[in-house]
Amino acid sequence: MKLKYFTSGIVKENPLLILMIGLCPALATTVSARDGFGMGIAASFVLIASNLVVSLIRRYVPNSIRIPIFIIIISTFVTIIDYVLQAYQPALYSVLGVFVPLIVVNCLILGRAEAFAYHHGVWDSFLDGAGKAVGFTLVLGLMGIIRELFAAGTVFGVAVTPAGYREQPMLFMVFAPGAFLLIGILKSIVNRLTAGKARS
Amino acid sequence: MQLNPGQVFLGALLVNNILLMRFLGLCPFFGVSNAVGTATGMSGAVMFVMLLATWVTWVLFHAVLAPLGLDFLRTAVFILVIASLVQFVEMFLKKNLRALYSSLGIYLPLITTNCAILGVTFLNVDYGFNLLNATIFALGSGLGFGLVIILFAAIRERLADAPISRSLSGYPIAFVAASLVSLAFLGFTGLFGISF
Repeated sequence: MKLKYFTSGIVKENPLLILMIGLCPALATTVSARDGFGMGIAASFVLIASNLVVSLIRRYVPNSIRIPIFIIIISTFVTIIDYVLQAYQPALYSVLGVFVPLIVVNCLILGRAEAFAYHHGVWDSFLDGAGKAVGFTLVLGLMGIIRELFAAGTVFGVAVTPAGYREQPMLFMVFAPGAFLLIGILKSIVNRLTAGKARS
Repeated sequence: MQLNPGQVFLGALLVNNILLMRFLGLCPFFGVSNAVGTATGMSGAVMFVMLLATWVTWVLFHAVLAPLGLDFLRTAVFILVIASLVQFVEMFLKKNLRALYSSLGIYLPLITTNCAILGVTFLNVDYGFNLLNATIFALGSGLGFGLVIILFAAIRERLADAPISRSLSGYPIAFVAASLVSLAFLGFTGLFGISF
């Protein structure tokens, strides 16, 4: 069933926790739940759109110059989302900053164009892109939720901890060391779970 | 606003270290920091490409894109310039420095998708640096990248011998170590009043 192209991206081939690609935005833009999901959605748009276009024109792209062509396609969509965010979500854009144009060098997007969309049909490429996009966005959002919970005592700006915690929260999590520590812990949990599966 | 070049250099090297504070270039950071030798080679290549890319993109942006009102082509133009530069460095190393070329292996083409280089060229434009400050910023960032990746490779060489539980070995313990190194760099915050 073709649906496995979609589901494999969420769990079995999760871009961040299994394949370990696209780390820069995952650590830099997940200071709050809104920023994490915002970055995930922006990258998802580019990933799905570039997968669609690459698979549509794959028969007309000569093998030797395929990478520059992929890069031009990807950077077109990155420029679109860059200007859309700047116009309609200025607060989010100011937090994500340089990481919006940097979606263009996210290894995940070029990797899917090269490894999947260039060899598969439009519908399959859409499913593959959407699955990887959902897997990427969910992990980014999860990291954003955890970091915001510890560093501010809120989730999506809604207070969920007692007022006493919010006065002196664990600010460590909002800084760079907290991001590295969190992804280390998440990855070790994933390692533990996948090791258990391999044994049984 | 023109900043003191010394502040720009220290800001890029320590206060806002490109790897540990700005989170740019993490893929090669975890990819080649297994051994000090490869880490040194990789940081040399990154430094060289970063400096060249900064000059080319700065001149292109201020002499061609900005006067013609083509700012929106920035993303596409910069990435293509960097991709061709990397190709050039690869051919140069292949011909003249065979040993280095074989030790870097597959990571050299990956410099194209190294967000550190593209990130530095974008930041140079965003901060409105003049050519001198842009050069110094690129130099500081490249040295900062090299400093951290070589320090970290030394740590990981020790980690390889340490008894680490199975689910933590490999990437997770590297992330935890990176967290501690980055905690140390957090101590540079506010050094000499540098805030960018």
